[in-house]
Amino acid sequence: MSAQNEVWPIVWPWLALAGLGAFHGLNPAMGWLFAVALGLHRHSRRMVWLSPLPIALGHAFSIAVLAGAFVLAGLAIDLRAVRIGAGLILIGWALYYWRYGHRHRVRTGMQAGLAGLAVWSFLMASAHGAGLMLWPVLMPLCFSGGPEPFAGGALPTALLAIAVHTVAMLIVTTAIAVAVYEWIGLEVLRRAWLNVDLIWTLAIFLAGGLLLFG
Amino acid sequence: MANWKPDPSFYPSPRMAAKAAPETVAYVAAFDPDRKTPDAIAVVDVDPASSSYSKIIHTTAMPNAGDELHHFGWNACSSCLCPNAPHPHVERRYLVVPGLRSSRIHILDTKPDPRAPKIVKVIEPEEVADKAGYTRPHTVHCGPEGIYVAALGNREGKGPGGIFLMDHESFDVRGQWEMDRGPQYFAYDAWWHLGHDTLVTSEWGTPDTFENGLIPEVLLGARYGRRLHFWDLHKRKHLQTIDFGDKYQLVFELRPAHNPINAYGFVNCVISLENLSSSIWTWYRDGDKWAVKKVIEIPAEPASEDDLPPVLKGFKACPPLVTDIDLSMDDRFLYVACWGTGDLQQYDVSDPFKPKLTGKVRIGGIVSKATHPGAKNGGLSGGPQMVEISRDGRRVYFTNSLYGAIDPQFYPDGIEGWMVKLDADPKGGIAFDPKFFVDWPASHRPHQVRLEGGDCSSDSYCYP
Repeated sequence: MSAQNEVWPIVWPWLALAGLGAFHGLNPAMGWLFAVALGLHRHSRRMVWLSPLPIALGHAFSIAVLAGAFVLAGLAIDLRAVRIGAGLILIGWALYYWRYGHRHRVRTGMQAGLAGLAVWSFLMASAHGAGLMLWPVLMPLCFSGGPEPFAGGALPTALLAIAVHTVAMLIVTTAIAVAVYEWIGLEVLRRAWLNVDLIWTLAIFLAGGLLLFG
Repeated sequence: MANWKPDPSFYPSPRMAAKAAPETVAYVAAFDPDRKTPDAIAVVDVDPASSSYSKIIHTTAMPNAGDELHHFGWNACSSCLCPNAPHPHVERRYLVVPGLRSSRIHILDTKPDPRAPKIVKVIEPEEVADKAGYTRPHTVHCGPEGIYVAALGNREGKGPGGIFLMDHESFDVRGQWEMDRGPQYFAYDAWWHLGHDTLVTSEWGTPDTFENGLIPEVLLGARYGRRLHFWDLHKRKHLQTIDFGDKYQLVFELRPAHNPINAYGFVNCVISLENLSSSIWTWYRDGDKWAVKKVIEIPAEPASEDDLPPVLKGFKACPPLVTDIDLSMDDRFLYVACWGTGDLQQYDVSDPFKPKLTGKVRIGGIVSKATHPGAKNGGLSGGPQMVEISRDGRRVYFTNSLYGAIDPQFYPDGIEGWMVKLDADPKGGIAFDPKFFVDWPASHRPHQVRLEGGDCSSDSYCYP
């Protein structure tokens, strides 16, 4: 019991980061579906395997921008202020997204190259506020004052967090893309494409609440 | 607000959409040519098992008179499943119904009762003009960035015409689509190749040259539209113009292949100034450019002056006036409506450069006035015009009016509206359904048909 009490606070943020990565990877709008489509368009199994790499890269970059802003704010100003500000941003963003999230400029189409995919993924993750979802996890991880896996402080910890998140996202993206391309088929979209955006928006809203009141 | 699962009428690919259940109702735009009573969206029962089969079961009247309802479309469709811009949980629920003459846009909700849609929003022409700078809205397509509306005139009712965007949930007019229109001036139809990030537009003319009917001097001077324009769909930038040449006038309906991999499509040219023929052209990807090739020419038919309207007497021939075409979901059959001669032709376009005529019926026509087994009074006026194909390709519906001001130029004795249905053999060949003849109420004339759940000119797809 006591061992669990000591380990859990260290482990849960990392599990949450990986879990959020998997959740992002699971969302068809975050890229696995694009990988399948490009594979089908170009009759290329290679494309299905390759596309998740730039997709994960763009995703990681978007996460990094938001995580970086958060961590720098945490280093520069009072943590309590960061917590409240971040909570309000998340809730505001969730409300905005709920109302206007469907209105995005489309800049990349089916002729996308790998660089285009990375840019697309960056924009898509940013537009969906993917990085915002990590803030409540980064809060205890970078600023708890407790034992850190790295001696280096908040920024290296944040980098490791982004890496863990991205690897989980990449694994899930690739796995689903390959499975749908090879075995499952696109008919599954009609049955199993749940409204992840709704859960997603709710998750960000709750994450905002967690920061404000947690 | 939003669905938990994708709208069941969205299909990833045309192949899957072709397996959709048959439609049970059709929505038909109907207008009063005298502009005295309001235009309407009529609901026609197309379920053969129903006791009201082939009857108009409901009419949703517009709030004003004189709109000239013409083309219309859905707020959302299968393109919502695209991987680059997914909106899978929007509902295909609202019909976006513009008045081509009034520039007023009506939003009809088909959800509570698909057999009796209700008007839930009216966007006045001033709002469209103020926010988008356009008037005379024509083609409506649901697509990657919302609802795309091709409009024929600018704010003043002159050129350039172009495309504007509407929000597919709130129906706010979001503004002009083009970021760089290049040399494009005339507008008419617009559609795209989602697989090739390309949008295509065609040309009619500015409103002052058609709202009182076709002007012979403009037509004979080859000053109506005759070009295709190719655009970068996402950069919204003009890329290429293809001019059909000064023999060809009125380049109209764009039917890109449904399979997003297929980089070709079909367009009809209404009239050749050389011999009054109509033609079908295939546009296709040729290296890093688009190119066109004429693949079908339908000749005018010799006729006695006595049988021809004043505008044609001197030519002693009846032009086919191909004014609409439609492509089946499997990209295999192209339907060609010859509004002048009364033919509705079916071509096998498996090879898009070598179409083969596989079926033909005749109904109405300037000279032939051909009848239908379901018609009571013998000779029929008007001819095959707006064609729509069911997703499974088994049923083809069409109506007989072209445009209020042009109808009397070619049918001076008047057009009595009708809508008919063909049964199509999957191997090729078409025949009238003798039980389906909608004798349209005399006050109105029918134009575009849209089928419940989508049809062959409503949806576009991102997956092959």
